[in-house]
Amino acid sequence: MFEYCTNPDTLSGLAWFSCYVTTGKHLSFFTSFGTVLVLLAITAPVALAFGFGGASMARSNLSPLRWLGKIYIAIVRGVPDIAFFMFFVIALDQGFEYLRHQVYCPDWDQPIRQGNDFIVCTAAKLPLSTSPQWVHEIYGFFLAVLTFAIVFGAFAANVIFGAMNAVPKAQIETAAAYGMTSRQTFWRIIVPQMWVYALPGLSNLWMVLIKATPLLFLLGVEDIVYWARELGGTKHERFTDYPHGDWRMWYFLVLLVFYLAFTRVSEVVLNRWMKRLSRGQATAGGEALRRAAT
Amino acid sequence: MKKLLGTALAVALTSQMAFADTVRLGTEGAYAPWNFLDDSGEVAGFERDLGDELCKRAGLTCEWVTNDWDSIIPNLVSGNYDAIIAGMSITDEREKVIDFTQNYTPPDPSAYLALSADVDLASAVVAAQATTIQAAFVAGEGWTLVEFASPEETVAAVRNGEAEAVLADKSFLDPFAGQDGLVMLDRMEMIGGGVGMGFRKSDAELRAKFNDAIQSMKDDGSLNALIAKWEVATQF
Repeated sequence: MFEYCTNPDTLSGLAWFSCYVTTGKHLSFFTSFGTVLVLLAITAPVALAFGFGGASMARSNLSPLRWLGKIYIAIVRGVPDIAFFMFFVIALDQGFEYLRHQVYCPDWDQPIRQGNDFIVCTAAKLPLSTSPQWVHEIYGFFLAVLTFAIVFGAFAANVIFGAMNAVPKAQIETAAAYGMTSRQTFWRIIVPQMWVYALPGLSNLWMVLIKATPLLFLLGVEDIVYWARELGGTKHERFTDYPHGDWRMWYFLVLLVFYLAFTRVSEVVLNRWMKRLSRGQATAGGEALRRAAT
Repeated sequence: MKKLLGTALAVALTSQMAFADTVRLGTEGAYAPWNFLDDSGEVAGFERDLGDELCKRAGLTCEWVTNDWDSIIPNLVSGNYDAIIAGMSITDEREKVIDFTQNYTPPDPSAYLALSADVDLASAVVAAQATTIQAAFVAGEGWTLVEFASPEETVAAVRNGEAEAVLADKSFLDPFAGQDGLVMLDRMEMIGGGVGMGFRKSDAELRAKFNDAIQSMKDDGSLNALIAKWEVATQF
């Protein structure tokens, strides 16, 4: 990075350190913080959408829709995360490739499953094996977002389902008395009021989601924990210009600070939202706000 | 004549296309000197040099991909990359799932690293990386085995006393010997049938290409030179 870094073994102290933390590997480490933040920024709304969809289906009047919603919630909540992350992603990827295979190579005569192997024609590969590495990385990232969204969507669905049922029945009956259709009741009465009941559960989920990001490496995305482990590991002088012992503790300390700071900021923001949503609600929080105002 | 030309053109085109295909090589990137990430984050080491040379000889364009050791075989058979070149020993158990090329390093002993030279292995806790021949060996002996996901953790376990010895490839342990009071035991184990590249069972054609390339490197002595350069194994 810096000019004086060409001969690191002659350096010491701060100069050595400044060269050390600007190696290409470290830059990848810093970038991976961005990857994690971007993943969270995309996954959270998508998971919320999955949750909202799941919850709406689970309380639908149409029984097939209701069953689908309930099955989604029950299955995903019941399967251990790690099993999901290890096998589901491979299955998802194979599912996409299978569909593309049906479309692009209708006259393929060999079986797709040959023993343990999964073989689709070259045109159906996702991404194509000729694509540059970054396309593969984006695709891996996309799979990660989808998997996280499906898993956390199921938990969110359960939370939102409960929150929708927690909206006082009197409100819904009043809406019916005013002549609103059930669709109008849903969008005008239930949805705006359920958030205050959903937020404590959803904020829990958000915290768990932040802490679940180290699972990213299982999905082939190089995340901060992967890099911390790689960079902190013993480096022998034969293989690097910056030999050092087992420094993993220091790298994990950095991660600890990062995660604690991030969850703390989230807590502050979520508390602020909670206050805002409680305004005018017939809940203990809403009542406390009303008292404080008068 | 026209049809013949057309066919020839089609053959030329398709073979051209096959030629332009990129072969993706999967490795772990955490097992120096076999494969590791250098300071700039690129895959380096014995297998990087070997893989690049093999691809050149086979006339293929190759790309390097890193993958966790635990899921390195499942990701190969599901087609996320086309070959494993990750210091993987050829064993019967793995041969059931994937096919190997001929070995590119001869069968070599695995060594123990411990904090004292007089460890009684039969009663000690022995560390090994999960799903390796070394882990299988320790389990087979009926000793107490602790498994770790990455090679680095196995050595760290001995250092902090969680395990009394670690069993791994001798070339991986060599740089650690003599540091932090770690010593190599005299006892070694002859396990595994040498290290080879792994391919999907359905990919016989690609495997044959690499097999030939390895043979040509064995014949002209360049493989031995590479082995000597990285000190990964004994010579052929």
